[in-house]
Amino acid sequence: MRKVAVVGVGETKFSGPQERTSVELFAEAAAEALTESNLKPKDIQALYLGNVLGDFSEGQGSMQAFAAENIGCFNVPANRYEGACASASMAVRDAWMWVASGFYDVVLAGGVERAATMGTPLATRTFAMFSDSRYEFPSGITFPAVFAMLAHLYAAKYGVPLPKLKEQLAAVSVQSYKYGMFNPQAHLRKEVTMEAVLSSFMVSTPLQLHDCCPFSDGAAALVLASEETAKKLTSKPVFVVGAGQASNGPLANQQEYLPRLRARELSAKQAYEMAGLKPEDIDICELHDCFSIASLIAAESLGFFDYGTSGEAWAKGEADIGGKVAINTSGGLKAKGHPIGATGAGQVYEIAKQLREEVEPERQVEGGRIGMTDTLGGDGCTLVNLILQRGW
Amino acid sequence: MEYKLTYKEYREALKQNKLLGLKCQNCGSVTVPPKLVCRSCASMDLEVLELKGAGKIQTFTTCNVASEGRESEVPYTILLVELDEGPWLMGNLTGVDPEKATMETLIGKRVKMTETRIFPGDKYSAGEGASPTFVLEA
Ligand SMILES: [Zn+2]
Repeated sequence: MRKVAVVGVGETKFSGPQERTSVELFAEAAAEALTESNLKPKDIQALYLGNVLGDFSEGQGSMQAFAAENIGCFNVPANRYEGACASASMAVRDAWMWVASGFYDVVLAGGVERAATMGTPLATRTFAMFSDSRYEFPSGITFPAVFAMLAHLYAAKYGVPLPKLKEQLAAVSVQSYKYGMFNPQAHLRKEVTMEAVLSSFMVSTPLQLHDCCPFSDGAAALVLASEETAKKLTSKPVFVVGAGQASNGPLANQQEYLPRLRARELSAKQAYEMAGLKPEDIDICELHDCFSIASLIAAESLGFFDYGTSGEAWAKGEADIGGKVAINTSGGLKAKGHPIGATGAGQVYEIAKQLREEVEPERQVEGGRIGMTDTLGGDGCTLVNLILQRGW
Repeated sequence: MEYKLTYKEYREALKQNKLLGLKCQNCGSVTVPPKLVCRSCASMDLEVLELKGAGKIQTFTTCNVASEGRESEVPYTILLVELDEGPWLMGNLTGVDPEKATMETLIGKRVKMTETRIFPGDKYSAGEGASPTFVLEA
């Protein structure tokens, strides 16, 4: 296996409903990634694209082929990835694998979604398609309801009184909003107080509006190249040093393992072992905070904090810049936004920019060397973790 | 290889308020909802079993925002129930005001199955569905 680097990244602003097409959004991100990589479209050997709901948002299937042609990557093999909210991370992992294997030297990976354009009712219906449609959707399960049940289970299992957990969860959202304020790419750029979080609309008990990420439109793209090629293209290659992926079936079948998600723990273990690194080696992490409770569950399974204690860790600033690990300095899914097919590539975009020390000073982690992404699809059905290291 | 218990057979039984699962002849585990294999040991040596439909609430939520087409159902309470035979199952709770569902009143409490709630289906669902529906045991 060869070493593989991210040599260029691009991203649109994540936003609410807007009028550009999915292909146009992806083209903007791809053009930026190509320019950063000092490459032309003809240099790209394959396109791996995350796109989940193009069929529903625009009536567009096979987005990958139209995107490839639109950006001038004529006739390249183009694959579409659907792993719910983890789609783009699946695309990036496969791009890494094919370059690592020696089959390709340069692959473009990324994703695009217009989840906001769909509107809340249709978006809620289609996001519920990531739960078991035969055996669980009849109960009226929604995406917030999955994590709402995990929140109650977390409180019960770890003995955290619900009012205390609610305050810890609010603190997670407040931190994410704080960084979103300084990220020009972020969908939600506003200061939100603890009081505002705790008095917002109750979506699915105990999760309120400000515990939930928004539906977003947006795209992100990355160029991955072999080490040899990367050296010619950039002085700041960001190496993919660890990658993991795992799957799981219906939520209820995860039973006593819950609120932990088994697929995440398997995926993260693969990534850490491949990289030869431990949780304490990670300086920066973009993790899948689709809901505030999801942040706590993720941070524990990634090994940053003990089970049942990460709410306290957030409150003490251990998940903030200057703490044990800087989590979601982009604003996370909560504030940066969640265009599901693009989200994982957007996380890698943030890690690459952080390691290159190119983000706004208010949210820059000084001297970071190693970053990690964590992307969760559905109610634990697909998990992808990537570990990235600066190569200079 | 014969698929022992199909979705259709499971749903039709559920509509009669009967919960079917699969008993593994290799390790004894019960699998519900049905799959090709035992979810503990992946054996295909399975027999159909009628479960008691009783157990204890592990977690719940009261949902105030529904999917498109199901808006009139809110508020409703969803449960994860640990069945007496071992498996956990998603279902609905009836007989408790969803607005008054709390951790103190529900988590750890015993429930049993009652009349199954039917989801009539929408344009995406390939027909109707059935949700195991529970009441608190007296
Ligand atoms: Zn078995």
